[in-house]
Amino acid sequence: MTTPNDSVIHDIGFRHYDGPRLGRGWAFRSLLLETLRGAFGLGRPAKVKIMPWVLIGLFAVPAIVIVAVVILTGSDELPLSYTQYPIAMSLLVSLFLAGRAPYAVSRDLRDGIMPLYLSRPITRQDYVYAKLLGLAIAVWIFIATPVTVLFIGALLAKFPVKDQVLGWLGGIVMAAVLALLITSIALALASFTKRRGLGVAAVLATLVLLNGFTSVLVSVVGMQANETTASYFAVLDPYLLVDGLCAAWLGVAPQNGFAEPDGAIGALFFTAVLVAVVAGTVGILLRRFKKVGGV
Amino acid sequence: MTTIATSALTRTFGPVTAVSNLTVDLPTGVVGLVGANGAGKSTLIKMLLGLIPPSSGTAAILGFDCLTDGLKIREVVGYMPESECLPLDVSATEFLVHMARMSGLPASSARERAADTLRHVGLYEERYRPIGGYSTGMKQRVKLAQALVHDPKLVFLDEPTNGLDPAGRDDMLGLIARVSSDFGISVVVTSHLLGELERISDHIVVIDGGVLQRSTSTAEATQLSGTLLVEVTDQADVVMARLRDGGAAVAAGRTPGSFAVELADESVPATVVAIVAELGLGLVRLQRRRHQLSEIFETSGVTS
Repeated sequence: MTTPNDSVIHDIGFRHYDGPRLGRGWAFRSLLLETLRGAFGLGRPAKVKIMPWVLIGLFAVPAIVIVAVVILTGSDELPLSYTQYPIAMSLLVSLFLAGRAPYAVSRDLRDGIMPLYLSRPITRQDYVYAKLLGLAIAVWIFIATPVTVLFIGALLAKFPVKDQVLGWLGGIVMAAVLALLITSIALALASFTKRRGLGVAAVLATLVLLNGFTSVLVSVVGMQANETTASYFAVLDPYLLVDGLCAAWLGVAPQNGFAEPDGAIGALFFTAVLVAVVAGTVGILLRRFKKVGGV
Repeated sequence: MTTIATSALTRTFGPVTAVSNLTVDLPTGVVGLVGANGAGKSTLIKMLLGLIPPSSGTAAILGFDCLTDGLKIREVVGYMPESECLPLDVSATEFLVHMARMSGLPASSARERAADTLRHVGLYEERYRPIGGYSTGMKQRVKLAQALVHDPKLVFLDEPTNGLDPAGRDDMLGLIARVSSDFGISVVVTSHLLGELERISDHIVVIDGGVLQRSTSTAEATQLSGTLLVEVTDQADVVMARLRDGGAAVAAGRTPGSFAVELADESVPATVVAIVAELGLGLVRLQRRRHQLSEIFETSGVTS
């Protein structure tokens, strides 16, 4: 036996904990909340906060300008609808996600934190779902903020309240769909590298290239061949996919006219692609984390 | 009191048998788990945490079945991995609060216990700085703290002294001894340094190649042995020859003046003294020897 080193450990008595242990559900919630806080740099040093908040600011500026213009000119319509705005500003959404997705998973992989999570009352699947939902909620808040700025502007401009509330609710719901779709894609990509820089580059390149490539493709096909064929190519890009879904589900005008699905079959096809991509990327994530943690 | 009981516990990975037919009961207090790299220590710990199912056999921790009650076990057990496992860009306080919540503690208790536990492992003002700036010793303390923050009944410490300097090693061993004696938390600690385990363990388990070699209390392992260590100022060879003539088993020691005599009966020390006095030599040492833990290794054929 050994004598305690009193210069380091003072004998102040160890208090035992006999309060409640809230178990798996609480642990899941805590991990989700931690991911959400981390996405906005809360509880992190100042330099981690810079990027997300600069992007939140940049993302809101066009909305504020639109609102100012609408109020000053007395226009009777928003130039960009609640569902069109996030699609038109897709580059900023991609930038935000490219920074946050690797932050959510690459750090845990690089710093080897998985064994600590696995020795607590959660499962590997819980970890994946908590990370995915936490980050998707962060992206949803990011997208919903300027959409809400537009909504407040529309109310200030005294647009018909009922139409605006319905339009805003549609925008918020579609923001959630978009957030879930692009977050699952980005996390699946980011989970394959411990290096954050690489993860950022991979996510950004994938989202931006897909968007650019698909936009050109549907425009060319739409003008050269026919618009129905063009609309099916739109599912190649997550943003145009959601743009099409807005048109199919809510009956609103899409940001990119070529992305409008062709009738009921088109709507079904877009929906099926959405479900398949989310299920597929979540499957990849679950597989990826099956082996992590040295077990 | 038994904290862990395994019965014919076996785990294979394809053709490799990591743990083979292990039946052992571990008592409360500090249990040292000894084995070379690849001996199956980590596989055993992971099975006990309920993270990997055994291929066959059963194990119970604190009355919970490892196969079915993994979540329940992990609520009341702490684990300090051997590997680096700390996020570098958050403070120790922030990290510990999060880990306490992950163990199921409500937010207010988590904050309270995080501060308490960090103080107990000896982290004060620095706990508000990001972990990335900590020394190895401080990081090891944070690793220990995250295993204790939810007040577990039992902690697994995997090579807790790895990478520490001698002073840091002593501090860490002192802390581990306190975890058991003052905090009342049972400890299972692995190390390949036997001297460390000898200092702090109440019970030693030796495994090699996944097979149990020995499970014994430290007191039993280091009990008095039947050997007398003798050191004289000169002419050790003459003394040894005389003793051999008298029928005693004698073995030369490491230094020229020392040797060991088997304690066949109680008269041996007197005989040694008589011979030394007769030759007019100085007697430097006459000592009954204790077993060293390393002898467990010699008898079980494990190399450290």
